[in-house]
Amino acid sequence: IAAMMASSYNAKEEDGHHSSGSSHGGAGAVKSKKPDNTAFKQQRLPAWQPILTAGTVLPAFFVIGLIFIPIGIGLYVTSNNIKEFEIDYTGAEVSSPCFNCAKNFSWNSTTSCNCSVPFTLEQPFESNVFMYYGLSNFYQNHRRYVKSRDDSQLNGDRSSLKNPSKECEPYRTSDGLPIAPCGAIANSLFNDTLELYYIHSNGSSTAIPLVKKGIAWWTDKHVKFRNPGGSNNNLTAAFQGTTKPVNWRKPVYELDPSDSDNNGFINEDFIVWMRTAALPTFRKLYRIIQKKPNMTPTLPSGKYLLEVTYNYPVHSFDGRKRMILSTISWMGGKNPFLGIAYITVGSVCFFLGVVLLIIHHKYDNRNNSADIPN
Amino acid sequence: MGWNSPLARLRDALRGQRVRERDIRKLVSNLPYEGLEKMKQPNRHFPGNAIKTTKYTLLFFIPMNLFEQFHRLANIYFLGLAILNFVPVVNAFQPEVALIPICVILALTALKDGWEDFRRYQSDRKLNNTPCFIYCRKEQQFVERRWKDVRVGDFVKVICNEIIPADLLLLHTSDPNGVCHIETANLDGETNLKQRRVVPGLSTSTSEFEPESFNGVVVCERPNNNLNHFKCYVEKPDNVKVGIGIESLLLRGCTVRNTDHTVGFVVYAGHETKSMLNNNGPRYKRSKLERKLNTDVIFCIILLFAMCLVGALGHFSWLQELPSVPPYLVPDSHGHLDSPALSGFYMFFTMIILLQVLIPISLYVSIELVKIGQVFFITNDIDLYDEESDTPMQCRALNITEDLGQIQYIFSDKTGTLTENKMVFRRCTVMGTEYPHCENAVRLAVLDEPDSEEEVIFNQRPWPPQSRWTPDTEDADPAGTPHYHGSRHRGKVAESAQRDVAFSSPLETEVVPDRKLLQQIRRTESSSSSSSSGKTDPYLDFFLALAICNTVVVSTATVRRQRESGCPRSSQTSNPFETFSHLVRKVGSFRQTISSWRPMSNRSRTSSNCSVLEEDHFNSLAKTGNCGGRKSTGPQTQDTSPSLRYEAESPDEAALVHAAKAYGFTLLARTPGSVTVRLPCGEELVFEVLDTLAFDSHRKRMSVLVRHPVTSELVLYTKGADYAIMELLGTPYAEQLKGKQKRIAADTQRHLDCYAKEGLRTLCFTKKVLSERAYKDWSVSRQGALAAIDNREKLIMDTAGLLETNLTLLGATGIEDRLQESVPDTIVALREAGIQVWVLTGDKPETAVNIGYACRLLDEGDLVINMSSKNKLMCVSILDCTLEEVRRYGNDPTGLAPTISLVIDGRTLAMALESDLVDRFVDLARRCRSVLCCRVTPLQKSAVVKVIREKLKVMTLAVGDGANDVNMIQAADVGIGISGQEGMQAVMASDFAISRFKHLKKLLLVHGHWCYTRLANMIIYFFYKNVAYVNLLFWYQFFCGFSGTAMIDYWLMIFFNLFFTSAPPIMFGIMDKDVSAETLLGLPELYRTGQGTGEYKFSTFWTAMLDAFYQSLVCFFIPYWVYEDSDIDVFTFGTPLNTVSLFTILLHLSIEIKTWTVVHWVIMLGSVAVYFIVTLAYSAICVTCNPPSNPYWILQSQMADPMFYLTCIITTVLALLPRYMFHVLRNTLAPSPLVRARHLDRLDPSVREQWIKEWKSFRGAGDLSKLTRSPTLETTEDTSPASPSPSDITTAEITLNVITESYQSTVQL
Repeated sequence: IAAMMASSYNAKEEDGHHSSGSSHGGAGAVKSKKPDNTAFKQQRLPAWQPILTAGTVLPAFFVIGLIFIPIGIGLYVTSNNIKEFEIDYTGAEVSSPCFNCAKNFSWNSTTSCNCSVPFTLEQPFESNVFMYYGLSNFYQNHRRYVKSRDDSQLNGDRSSLKNPSKECEPYRTSDGLPIAPCGAIANSLFNDTLELYYIHSNGSSTAIPLVKKGIAWWTDKHVKFRNPGGSNNNLTAAFQGTTKPVNWRKPVYELDPSDSDNNGFINEDFIVWMRTAALPTFRKLYRIIQKKPNMTPTLPSGKYLLEVTYNYPVHSFDGRKRMILSTISWMGGKNPFLGIAYITVGSVCFFLGVVLLIIHHKYDNRNNSADIPN
Repeated sequence: MGWNSPLARLRDALRGQRVRERDIRKLVSNLPYEGLEKMKQPNRHFPGNAIKTTKYTLLFFIPMNLFEQFHRLANIYFLGLAILNFVPVVNAFQPEVALIPICVILALTALKDGWEDFRRYQSDRKLNNTPCFIYCRKEQQFVERRWKDVRVGDFVKVICNEIIPADLLLLHTSDPNGVCHIETANLDGETNLKQRRVVPGLSTSTSEFEPESFNGVVVCERPNNNLNHFKCYVEKPDNVKVGIGIESLLLRGCTVRNTDHTVGFVVYAGHETKSMLNNNGPRYKRSKLERKLNTDVIFCIILLFAMCLVGALGHFSWLQELPSVPPYLVPDSHGHLDSPALSGFYMFFTMIILLQVLIPISLYVSIELVKIGQVFFITNDIDLYDEESDTPMQCRALNITEDLGQIQYIFSDKTGTLTENKMVFRRCTVMGTEYPHCENAVRLAVLDEPDSEEEVIFNQRPWPPQSRWTPDTEDADPAGTPHYHGSRHRGKVAESAQRDVAFSSPLETEVVPDRKLLQQIRRTESSSSSSSSGKTDPYLDFFLALAICNTVVVSTATVRRQRESGCPRSSQTSNPFETFSHLVRKVGSFRQTISSWRPMSNRSRTSSNCSVLEEDHFNSLAKTGNCGGRKSTGPQTQDTSPSLRYEAESPDEAALVHAAKAYGFTLLARTPGSVTVRLPCGEELVFEVLDTLAFDSHRKRMSVLVRHPVTSELVLYTKGADYAIMELLGTPYAEQLKGKQKRIAADTQRHLDCYAKEGLRTLCFTKKVLSERAYKDWSVSRQGALAAIDNREKLIMDTAGLLETNLTLLGATGIEDRLQESVPDTIVALREAGIQVWVLTGDKPETAVNIGYACRLLDEGDLVINMSSKNKLMCVSILDCTLEEVRRYGNDPTGLAPTISLVIDGRTLAMALESDLVDRFVDLARRCRSVLCCRVTPLQKSAVVKVIREKLKVMTLAVGDGANDVNMIQAADVGIGISGQEGMQAVMASDFAISRFKHLKKLLLVHGHWCYTRLANMIIYFFYKNVAYVNLLFWYQFFCGFSGTAMIDYWLMIFFNLFFTSAPPIMFGIMDKDVSAETLLGLPELYRTGQGTGEYKFSTFWTAMLDAFYQSLVCFFIPYWVYEDSDIDVFTFGTPLNTVSLFTILLHLSIEIKTWTVVHWVIMLGSVAVYFIVTLAYSAICVTCNPPSNPYWILQSQMADPMFYLTCIITTVLALLPRYMFHVLRNTLAPSPLVRARHLDRLDPSVREQWIKEWKSFRGAGDLSKLTRSPTLETTEDTSPASPSPSDITTAEITLNVITESYQSTVQL
């Protein structure tokens, strides 16, 4: 009896489906509450159902391994081809040529202190050489420090020039006059001057031409940073009624009096500084040493002298100051990490692939056969 | 005037308050006061009929909504953070920016609330402005007004098919009998017509009602929400009190049917009406998963505090170690620097602001969205749609979908839940003689046969109506072959034609009379005709009782009831889901047009003309056939009978009336004062109904007191449950039967037991003749009881008891309540799914056990323990001894112990649930595979559910269809109502409403499983996501002096959670499908994965957390090492971090996603695209905006750098490697059942079927080995009703088979 009943129910159900089909076809005069029999509503959309098992993911691991290892090798080689030279001129040690400068110096000093640091390049630097200054332990990413600026003022907005943002406090006004550029970032502008001399074997020295333009982002220089008064060349007039940041020796419109295109807010050294570094140990592009037209290396190996106008005190935060010379490749500066990482991850993947292969042979076959449900 | 002074007004208002609070209200007509100022109106204290369901007013929307929203703890947390941001020393972001998240969330919620409120406002306005007729003294007639103008004390006229505007005391109807039919579908969904009658003694039954003549005082109780009770009396000027019950109250929202017009007196208006008091919005329950989630949120809070503490201490020590003041340390505006300790303290709060996302506030919003989506899919499942009643699945509670996936115990009602609750008259016993109605049984069996065969017969041999059952053939050979075919054929056709008519499927409407009984009637008929004194023949009485003793309303089907489109109540309780479904519907319709290539299979099977013809014929034949030689008036039979329709509140009654009709006793009309019955001979008798003692669950019986039109005797017909009747039997029926009476009772009891074993519902019918004086005495006390306000129910019950004594047994009926389709399958599947199924029923143990076997709740091999004891002591000893026995079985090392089932009756259950025994009982019940509780009251049902739920800490589900299941449904974790034959009360109380029991299978096994796994996985993913992302910021703190810097632009951080990574998890929570529906249904065992703790475990949560930590470490440190000691700036450094975590988070999700549909691809790829588009656009236009991050051209410059891509790729790969490996290894080495099922899913459907079958047969064999041993354990204690041992049941089965076989052999003839 039960069997008979069951079969009758099946038949009924089927019948229901048929009648529903016909009602769909024919206008559907009576508004029924019947749900639409669509794949979406009935959750029957065609689907791809991957199951992650050793067998299915094997190829992926091998492919990743095979792709990553070459990339890693490429990166590693590229990084190794980059020449980089770094010299610390903080003057923390007594032996350092800048020791005196470092010891006696503070923000309030009015006279600059000079020191020269000799160094030797073992290998010649080809193509363009980028000259960086590096600071360590300088937390440019401190929350309050990062905020302490007024982008509108830097963008040349006149009202912000006269009335800088509150964020600039306490470097907003000085003696009742608005500070331009305001804020702690600008106030702490790195103001060492670095010059590089090549010491010929005969003892004479040649100054190496350092290009100071092109070191900032193009968009910063041309869009974000603007002098007040637009194209008006008279910056002194434009900055009338403002005062220089407390720690500065000269007002902003005298940052580079020689080049009106590099003066005021659009001074590239200033722009570079204003892009606050992400990590406490950082470097910032200072100058570019252009490749020479002839075949001679940009910086031949030999002795050099770094002339430092020591203005920037760092002992208040146990900081270090460095000068870095580096050639550049498509991957930026020298950093072997990424190459090593790629090689390592690639190898791990390859190894896991092998492990999975073994597992697949041992277990997967069992799974796909006989006792699936159990 | 003194009235106008404010003080007087205040005094009046206070008085009004008191008047409203009073237990009893006195209302008078407004008419004498018409036109007077408000202060003089007697009913001014009662609210008007205008309703306002809106929460807010236009002016105060914002403050009120905000107030409402800040009741949520989460919002307060958010607001606190935002305010914290305005404290300059701790702020992490721009203070204004920090307000954005809270504003967005508040605004969205306010928008939703506002929209809902506006919808409510609109529906209120529409309702308030619905026209209605109010009597106006000035114009001396009913004038058209609006609903909102109706006041308490007004007279309102309602015309046919109009909706009643307020709760009205029915004073007048156009019906000469003072009856008005209403349909309460808007209120409770019941579609049968209900009769209401005019307040007796007020209306002069003239054609026009004069409201001005109404001078009584209506005294009624305080408004309450009970739809079935109303206590009131009208005090006439001569101090006569007329008691009024619910039978004279027209409820607001009901529709007047079949009555031309009615006039009523407004008792309650507006918000005091019963329908409004019942109108409380959707239910909110907290699901188990959500409760667990809250503990995890607390873990998150602890984690957050730990991280903040690290930040604070870190900042402190960092400051400590500084030799002096560095230039990057910015002092406050006065040039003053805080001490390291103070800075550290401040930093703690800054960190809270910075890392706030760790507490996944968006999780709650997302869960709500996901549940709306899940509910959408559940309600749209075509498999849960019932074609017959045109009802789709309903989710009434929107937020416990995932509980469906964790059910461990199901408590089911029997009648209407497991069974159809479509009663079919099967057998009866009259005066101790059994009439098996074999023909009827066969007809029912035949109805079950497949359709297709039926249609073949239909096409091959279209039976001409004349060839069947003409009086001649009937006389000659009543059980001939044509008869068989004919009835079978007719049944089918009628079924298709009448599908929409409630309670009149052919099963009930048609009863093939028993030959023997028919002859018996005819014999008595003829004998009584010769000697006119024989009107009191027991057979005639039996059928008269069948036809009279009920509350069936006869309605004429000539006017088709038209339904008002869009019931006003439902529009008020709108939910957000509706709008969503609207949206999806559009998509759906679009899809439909695409998929309309489907071949149109037109199998029209309804040939209505034919069916009507046949029905006519059948009806006439039944009468003419039964009347023997006596001819009734032809035309009368022709036009009245087909249009008769019986509308019963309970389906048994309809079945009985139809049965009586089959024997020629046709109920023609019922008014409050009379019942008209046509006898087989065609004679119409009009019985004057003196009183109706309605059915109640305590008395378990109902009675009708009528005056016999021929003998003028006062006759009380009582019907009821056998145990409620048998003890009331008194003097023998008639003189000549004196000695037999005892035997009749005994025989009847024997038959009743036999019926019960067969699973039939039994009812006994009795008669009692009253003396005129006895009635007079009784009716006085009755009137007193009716007019009482206090304790009225009890008084009414007592007076009923007074009358129902010394009854004379006429006979009994057995009504079959057929099992719903697929009930056994469903129960077996639920069992396989590890769910314990309990059946709680009010029926007798025999009936229950029989149904238990029929629906495979009990198996042949089961050890059935029958617990039934009269006193506590016995109960204790039974409990102890069975428990010991059961424990012994449980320890059986062979594993061959039989499964144990427990049958317990209500009385024993009550004792077992007492506090000293309950633990033992629960322990016993836990070891039983199935439990049947018989004869339990509604309260016991809920008590059982509560006990199991609390003692065993399990997820419980209660399913039921009737008002008696409401308690149980509300007590369980998940309540399911079956919208069946017994009204909508269960549905109204439930969380989910289905229309058939079999839908439970898919609802739990498929939707429950899906919803649970989806939501559990989504929640875990959400926690993971937030932790992984926030930890990036945390790691950065180690490199910025714990100063609270965020290296990611704040807008992008907001967008990251709001746009870039919000849609995929929500889609994952709504649409992911780990295993297909087919496999889940095929392998119910898979459901077990969700039970108990399921996927959302403590360990899962912490695994996800650890993974999140690992991933955030990778995502931070790989870029860190790549960019170490370079000239990268803060926000350029943040860009690859943000991008990497986007990829990691999305790809992590794609490892978790089991099924990829088009939607998944679109949303995943869309999220990535949106990220890049938005970020690129943002960095392109934001030149000086949003200091300090100022993202101008950052992403552009990064995307021009190959290092960016190389970093992103390796970081993502390394971050996801462990999880990927973990999944691979687990799926390969130790695949869970779900993974195995997914393997099955990938097979070809037919191959898969094969697999499932093979597996099942393998398991079935295992069960079979258990079956070979079938021990019996009988509690030796005396058990009052015969304890059903398996052997008993088998004999019952055999008898059933014999019956069928014997009939089949007759068919062969």
